[in-house]
Amino acid sequence: MISLRKVHKSFGAQKVLDGLDLDIPAGKITAIIGPSGEGKSVLLKHLIGLLQPDSGAVEVDGESIIDVRRSELNRIREKFGMLFQNVALFDSMTVFENVAFPLQEKTSLSKEEIRGRVLSALEDVGLKNIETKFPDELSGGMKKRVGLARAVVLNPKIILFDEPTTGLDPIIKRAIHQLIKDTHAKFGFTAVIVSHEIPEIFDVAQNVAMLFRGKILQYGTPDEIINSTDPAIRQFISGSLDGPIQMV
Amino acid sequence: MVQALGHTTIKMVREMGRLGWFMLYSLYMIVRRPGSLVHVLKQIRFIGTKSLFVIVLTAGFTGMVLGLQGYYTLTKFGSEGMLGAAVALSLIRELGPVLAALMVTGRAGSAITAEIGIMRITEQIDALETMALDPFKYLVTPKFIAAMISLPLLCAIFDVIGIYGGWLVGVKLLGVNPGAYFYEMEKAVVWRDVYSGIMKSFSFGVIIAWIGCYKGYYAGHGAEGVSKATTESVVLTSVIILVWDYFLTSVLL
Repeated sequence: MISLRKVHKSFGAQKVLDGLDLDIPAGKITAIIGPSGEGKSVLLKHLIGLLQPDSGAVEVDGESIIDVRRSELNRIREKFGMLFQNVALFDSMTVFENVAFPLQEKTSLSKEEIRGRVLSALEDVGLKNIETKFPDELSGGMKKRVGLARAVVLNPKIILFDEPTTGLDPIIKRAIHQLIKDTHAKFGFTAVIVSHEIPEIFDVAQNVAMLFRGKILQYGTPDEIINSTDPAIRQFISGSLDGPIQMV
Repeated sequence: MVQALGHTTIKMVREMGRLGWFMLYSLYMIVRRPGSLVHVLKQIRFIGTKSLFVIVLTAGFTGMVLGLQGYYTLTKFGSEGMLGAAVALSLIRELGPVLAALMVTGRAGSAITAEIGIMRITEQIDALETMALDPFKYLVTPKFIAAMISLPLLCAIFDVIGIYGGWLVGVKLLGVNPGAYFYEMEKAVVWRDVYSGIMKSFSFGVIIAWIGCYKGYYAGHGAEGVSKATTESVVLTSVIILVWDYFLTSVLL
């Protein structure tokens, strides 16, 4: 389980997280939704220690990741995999090298074993015969799938997805969502997905948290969020221009 | 006005602290986890081997112009036989280390900043961190080690080519006695001169890797952030090399 308590984070004068509390249950898919620029990616980066809060607590399985030694943080990070918004594939490496990289660095597997694991991970995400290509030779959807293969290749306990389907066409979008559901069913990891995809995300997630004005406005099952009476959540789901959410 | 001055001072002190920390952590990582040999060799190829052409070209013309200038100055005193010594001492003690370092700064220092800066803005460095891997081990220490090895070697090549550039102009074009050129050189150059040149170029290698990696690692946002970081990297590295050269010369002389 990941828990955040009274997390505050500001960048200069801009307050992004304002005393945020959230518990992310183990083994479930939790979606974090909310308007653009509300700090969803910032929140996600706090979960893995890429950003440190100005104050508050972040714990992963009961262990704090705030102000700990780098070696300690790295030990906790070994539980994680992450798919970045822009995928963040290493652009000087081929697809194969990208997926093999965590295995080469974090395990003592032989070359053959690594090759087998990489090809199997790529096949799991529906990719074949692209191992020798470089990231800039791939389409957006293929990059996301390679990123997903890299994130799951070490079988992490927790995977963070930062807008995994942004900028993709509806078919690829559905395929990625299905892929997340399938890999989750297969490996049973804890998933945290930052997403704008309304209403598709309600089919993927088991829990949904709405982030608004630096706090979790409501946390519940997809049905509870869909049927919420909160005006900001209703406006966000309906995409209406009128309501408490103002366009920046 | 006072507030703005205070802000600028705090910002500068913070930046200097971060720069110092970056250097110390890089040196610590070189000792603790120097990175794989393959990464270091790749960087030696990039910083060292690929700079060879520009180093040879610069060294040749620097030696030639030293031969020309030196000849016309020394003939005024009737001591053109000292040309070899003048060219060699200028190159080995000063021009070799400094010019080689400035050329590598322009060619490789800027590329180091751009490469790490692009990795920063495309979240590739964050990706390494999320894999519980220290980015310094992959991006910074191999470049430090490669620059520390490459710069003294490039400087040595610069010196040799430069001396032959001076010989070409002095001996072949202007008629200085070839025996005198090399004899006076051998008599004038002592081990301390060579040692100080090597020490200088070694420390310039550290400066190039330090500032190049630092500016890339903390590059600002977007393409503009990387381009600004690259420019700042080249300017700051060049300035630090020249200032450090003065202090080092005053100590080593």
